[in-house]
Amino acid sequence: MADVTSTLVGPRGPKPRKILTRNNIMIYGTLIIVSLYYLLPLWVMVMTSLKGMPEIRMGNIFAPPLEITFEPWVKAWSEACTGLNCDGLSRGFWNSVRITVPSVIVSIAIASVNGYALANWRFRGADTFFTILIFGAFIPYQVMLYPIVILLREMGLYGSLTGLIMVHSIFGMPILTLLFRNYFSSLPEELFKAARVDGAGFWRIYFQIMLPMSLPIFVVAMILQVTGIWNDFLFGVIYTKPDLYPMTVQLNNIVNSVQGVKEYNVNMAATLLTGLVPLFIYFVSGKLFVRGIAAGAVKG
Amino acid sequence: MAASRPNRLFRNLSAKIAAIPMILTALVVFVGGTVWTVAYSFTSSKMLPKWKFVGLDQYERLWETRRWMVSIENLMIYGICMLIFSFVIGFILAALMDQKIRFESTFRTIILYPYALSFIVTGLVWQWVLNPEFGVQHILRSLGWESFNFDPLYNADIAIFGVLIAGLWQGTGLIMVLMLAGLRGIDQEIWKATRVDGIPAWKTYIFIVIPMMRPVFITTLVLVAAAIVKVYDLIVAQTGGGPGIATEMPAKYVYDYMFGGQNLGQGFAASTMMLLAVLIVVVPWAYMEFGSKKRG
Repeated sequence: MADVTSTLVGPRGPKPRKILTRNNIMIYGTLIIVSLYYLLPLWVMVMTSLKGMPEIRMGNIFAPPLEITFEPWVKAWSEACTGLNCDGLSRGFWNSVRITVPSVIVSIAIASVNGYALANWRFRGADTFFTILIFGAFIPYQVMLYPIVILLREMGLYGSLTGLIMVHSIFGMPILTLLFRNYFSSLPEELFKAARVDGAGFWRIYFQIMLPMSLPIFVVAMILQVTGIWNDFLFGVIYTKPDLYPMTVQLNNIVNSVQGVKEYNVNMAATLLTGLVPLFIYFVSGKLFVRGIAAGAVKG
Repeated sequence: MAASRPNRLFRNLSAKIAAIPMILTALVVFVGGTVWTVAYSFTSSKMLPKWKFVGLDQYERLWETRRWMVSIENLMIYGICMLIFSFVIGFILAALMDQKIRFESTFRTIILYPYALSFIVTGLVWQWVLNPEFGVQHILRSLGWESFNFDPLYNADIAIFGVLIAGLWQGTGLIMVLMLAGLRGIDQEIWKATRVDGIPAWKTYIFIVIPMMRPVFITTLVLVAAAIVKVYDLIVAQTGGGPGIATEMPAKYVYDYMFGGQNLGQGFAASTMMLLAVLIVVVPWAYMEFGSKKRG
């Protein structure tokens, strides 16, 4: 009976759409093919890392392993050699952790306070320095590499972790400061003014009002910095000594070493291990990562 | 007057203290470092920087070095191809993603994930996929296509395109995301209007949407171009500059001469040329973007 009334009123809701139109087949077909292409290297990496060397020599890099072995992973983590050291990629992993954690904390602490000062406590000349800073983000690092070597050497920090942490903080500063400045500027000014009227000073407003209100932007900054610093190669190779090399540098040394027989499965396991941290952050953070790179595209 | 002076300097003191790292970075590292390198590129520094002025000698030698010329040529090929392909593919993908499709975030996640990986990882993976003994070439041959030849990493003539494939795989997702953000910024009324007028979608894109997205295109172009000039890790990981010097790049030249070849003067001159290249891209853009308006 209800059908009668609904016929009288006419069809309701959106017009049912056909799913298999030519247009849809084209759109989804293209996207699926492209996606497969993008996934292919990841697939190859995983498959290669699970095979034994005899199987790799015989077969097809795209085929799944006939016999799964985790030995390449163990070997990459704890036995692979770089030069005289044969304690695997674990050394590089822990070095990268020791580099990334303090660098992320220091660079975000500096840049957030800085962005806050630029947004709410402008002083004469602040904008000039900020403009130079942003312009500096475009200067090729190669121009500044050697002067920084000299500065660090004068301070006695060349080749040390502290020196590298400073370098990461310096080169992270332009984009992070921009990120925080824009965010703090977008917060309602009344809030800041009210706090000032109540007698709160620079630091108090920062810690009690700005900081709690801006956790999302801190997360975006963290994503940006963790992936950026973890993936760094150039600064790691220049400003540290071999036993402090980050994971990327050690990975490159393991895979591209000319001595010995090439063990492709170990190489791919090592490559995957190095990519795991940024991949994990990427898949967990989702939309925030996209937000980070939209702002962080400046970093190049 | 005398009393108000210290007052003014100390006003807003906390903010000034907070800005000290920024001021030092801007003045000492960015300005100071750049000026220092440019100045020393006119000296005959070898193992250590030495203030012995030789004019443009280092630059003359630089432009006579074959390896530098190959580097520049590679950068041109890589840069132009990278820009064209990544923009065309990135834009098409963004346009497809903008058709109110389902699983949009899945597709985006897949196409963007290589961007989260380092250039070292990217280079090593593609070194393996393109390996002629095991990779793509081997597989197509074993499928019966005996004459198939594709070994970009071993053939000096096409080696740079092997690097390009890896670079595109890593970087296209970024372009797609930025383009998609641009497309989302287009007023939906425009789409309705063109549909009413019966203009086909592809025409709308080419004649209406793309011209409207000009600012997005230009900004992305500048960012990507400035990044391309710096390409270094990818080369080190994927080819090491080889075969021979077939995939050398300016950034690698700088590093090798500064830290490997004990020839600082050459390194400084080469890095100054890189700076010049970036300035040629960035300055007109900054002028257009920020020159007319007040501040960004």
